[in-house]
Amino acid sequence: MKWEKVMGLEVHLQLSTHSKIFSSSATAFGADANIHTNPLDMALPGTLPVVNHAAVSQAIVFGLGVGAEIGKVSRFDRKNYFYPDLPKGYQISQFFEPIVKEGVFDVPLEDGSIFPVRILRAHLEEDAGKSVHDCIPGHTGIDLNRAGTPLLEVVTEPDFRTAEQVVAYLKALHALVTYLGISDGNMSEGSMRCDVNLSLRLEGETEYGTRTELKNINSFRFIERAIHVEAERQQDLLESDQSIVQETRLFDPDNDETRSMRSKEVANDYRYFPDPDLLPIVIDDETIERIRDALPELPAVKRGRYTTELGLSQYDANLLTQDRATAEFFEACCAASNNPKAAANWMLGDLSAALNKEGLTIGECKVTPEGLSSLISRIDDETLSSKMAKTVFEDLWAGEPDVDRIIEHRGLKQVSDSGALESIVDELIANNPAQVDQYRAADEGKQKKLIGFFVGQAMKASKGQANPQMLNQLLKQKLG
Amino acid sequence: MAELFETISSLAKQLDAEHVSSRELVEDAIARTERLNPELNAVIALDKPGALAAADKADKARADGATSPLLGVPMLHKDIFCTRGVRTSCASKMLADFVPPYDATVVKKLDDAGMVRLGKCNMDEFAMGSSNETSFFGAVKNPWDFNRVPGGSSGGSAAAVAAGLTPLATGTDTGGSIRQPAALCGITGLKPTYGRVSRYGMIAFASSMDQAGPMARTAEDCALALNAMAGHDPLDSTCADISVPDYSAGLEQSIEGLRVGIPKEFFSSHLNDGIAATVTAAVKELEAAGAVIVDVSLPSTDLGVSTYYVIAPAEASANLSRYDGVRYGYRCDSPSNLQDLYVRSRTEGFGEEVKRRILIGTFTLSAASYDQYFMKAQQVRRLIAEEYQSVLKDVDVIAGPSAPNTAFVLNDDSKSITDMYMEDVYTIGANLAGLPAISVPAGLVNGLPVGMQLIGSRFCEAQLLNIAHQFQRRTDWHSLTPNLEGLTG
Repeated sequence: MKWEKVMGLEVHLQLSTHSKIFSSSATAFGADANIHTNPLDMALPGTLPVVNHAAVSQAIVFGLGVGAEIGKVSRFDRKNYFYPDLPKGYQISQFFEPIVKEGVFDVPLEDGSIFPVRILRAHLEEDAGKSVHDCIPGHTGIDLNRAGTPLLEVVTEPDFRTAEQVVAYLKALHALVTYLGISDGNMSEGSMRCDVNLSLRLEGETEYGTRTELKNINSFRFIERAIHVEAERQQDLLESDQSIVQETRLFDPDNDETRSMRSKEVANDYRYFPDPDLLPIVIDDETIERIRDALPELPAVKRGRYTTELGLSQYDANLLTQDRATAEFFEACCAASNNPKAAANWMLGDLSAALNKEGLTIGECKVTPEGLSSLISRIDDETLSSKMAKTVFEDLWAGEPDVDRIIEHRGLKQVSDSGALESIVDELIANNPAQVDQYRAADEGKQKKLIGFFVGQAMKASKGQANPQMLNQLLKQKLG
Repeated sequence: MAELFETISSLAKQLDAEHVSSRELVEDAIARTERLNPELNAVIALDKPGALAAADKADKARADGATSPLLGVPMLHKDIFCTRGVRTSCASKMLADFVPPYDATVVKKLDDAGMVRLGKCNMDEFAMGSSNETSFFGAVKNPWDFNRVPGGSSGGSAAAVAAGLTPLATGTDTGGSIRQPAALCGITGLKPTYGRVSRYGMIAFASSMDQAGPMARTAEDCALALNAMAGHDPLDSTCADISVPDYSAGLEQSIEGLRVGIPKEFFSSHLNDGIAATVTAAVKELEAAGAVIVDVSLPSTDLGVSTYYVIAPAEASANLSRYDGVRYGYRCDSPSNLQDLYVRSRTEGFGEEVKRRILIGTFTLSAASYDQYFMKAQQVRRLIAEEYQSVLKDVDVIAGPSAPNTAFVLNDDSKSITDMYMEDVYTIGANLAGLPAISVPAGLVNGLPVGMQLIGSRFCEAQLLNIAHQFQRRTDWHSLTPNLEGLTG
């Protein structure tokens, strides 16, 4: 028996508006408890929600970004439940008519292929506050700073079969929202939260099995692990003829297991109904077109352009477009050096290694795109050998901004003057007759090895500054 | 010293002529309230220092040349409107200690117009009731007969105006809560079009129908108050961004040729015979003033009450979820856990009628009954609204009784819950359809006031006020006052 995983995702994206979705309080992260609150956030009697149009625009931007249909008339509904961090006793969400309807989002996979994910819907809603357990001894505190932060919940069809697809989708979604500038997509700060609905079925089966919902997993690594662990748990149950309970489960990374979130089985009836405090959101075609015209170039379009116009491999194009900052760095670098392949190689090679080594993001990169592009230009105009370039890169990384000054300071100029090289080669040949004889007697295969000696000696004589291509050519000519 | 039972317009003239100062008016009103209110129970908060300070400010403004018709005139707010620094209880134990940090938009607007607020009026708890008997602070008595109810939920406001405590009180009307008590207390009460007056800071009962309005002695005074109360408010998304006409400007227009529709369903078996005769006579008076009387039909009238009592409790069940004992309001003693905190705070903090409606609303919204109740009620609501719209294409206004009964006796155990809900049978339609409606005194039956209701098209308050004013020019039912001499103690 071979089991197949079937997964659908619900991702909550925190939108990057300055104020909350229904109140004028700031959405800033990390303030003292209850600083960013006003009477509405505290659900004082008589207060009324007023929709923040920036949140609506960002939802439309998202919808257009995933090629979805925008709901011309969408509505807010009340989702009723009691919880201390939910001040009104209901959450304002969109249940019946969401702002973003069906669409297809193309996700690039590791192998360079494209995995289309069907988006079922995306709707606006307000975030809850949070309970604080460690500030008042013996009591639970409530911090409502986060209450009312605008969220966009993105729901997919159950299109995922592997954890890799799930992670690829989340990475692509992260790239998209950061490109669009509608969310910082920061998983560890909760700006991007993911719930995975997972069920198993035998391969070939068309019906879905009973699913469980894995809640709020806050890193790509944990998602992969949580899916693996939960699938194993379900498989064990199914193979021992037990049934799966439809429930919400939490992944516990410390014990590498998933746990049922509710001790009792309470079927929640949220009693959704249209919120009479808010008017329907009516969006006309003109607004949609205006927003569409202002969209930045999307990752999928960039990927296409990088492969066709710039001649990059699909793999490199995927990596360079995985977030907006990387793509912008790359494009700035290309604009100055006009050598996209070299820019891609440097960024995915030495630059990426340096960033990883120090745990930095591209935004915190110590080398500017201008620095990297002038480095590339000096290679292209044969001032630097690739070996010298690595030294220059290290200096750039260390904080020296000017490539030419580094070259001058270190005396790194590559010797490409054929006269100067010729005299070095002539001297070498004159001083090493035995090696010259050996080389001349050898067959072509062996010669390739033997020439290394001469190159090494010439480099040594030129203090590493000889242009290796020219040197090779010259040696072959003189020895041959 | 001003006489009792004065109107705003007459007080404004006296203030302008410096026959009286705002401070004198306010001192008189406070004295009268302190004398009558222990029995009447119409006022549940009196802010003497605040009122006197506002009166002095108004007097100074008038001395400096300001002449707003409302400047310096005392008034009362229903205790459903949030008043900064003054307790706002909604007549519930749940909010018995709640002091809002902000003013409702209506409060702010009347403040800005220079009115002097004396305090807050009693009401049915969370505006749920038609008798003012559900108040945590006890029932209000009808000034016309202290054994009878003033109606509700704006019973305190109606009784206060009827007893001559102030010329104006604010009310709110979700299913008839301005018009029915206005009728039962013999005053004039206007429920504006849904969206005409901001709901910000007005404690929500049923958000899709709640609407604030003025309760006064005359249509002329209602017009003056509405001029100040109405208008767009960015803090209320459902508040219409439509310019506010001068409601006083057209009061003197002739009503000749205006078409007045009389729905036969408003004179059905629910209606007390004396009221039927009284309202019929009042309609004749409109005819005598030149109006054309037309028989019309609103066939779904009887469905209104059941429709309303599905939708209003549903919205209320969510609106009242915020009273959970967590952040403000009543909290039970030493809760053992979160569940206990919720259950006991809400069980102890809400009265019986409020809990009944929360339960009804929670039930009608539940997954198993949503389609059968809430969805169905929304469909019937649309049907009722369409019936009103279609009738109002043919006639300018609809006229009929405001309530099926005159003031009934307090603590009448023979009156069932559903009997009580039937009190709203003629008023509910305007709320379901979002239409403006006014109740004007139309006569007495057995010594108790009767109200005639006029319902108009959306945002046609000016026309309703015009007709009501013309009616009041031809009749003096609005000038009748109860005899309160027994309470001079």
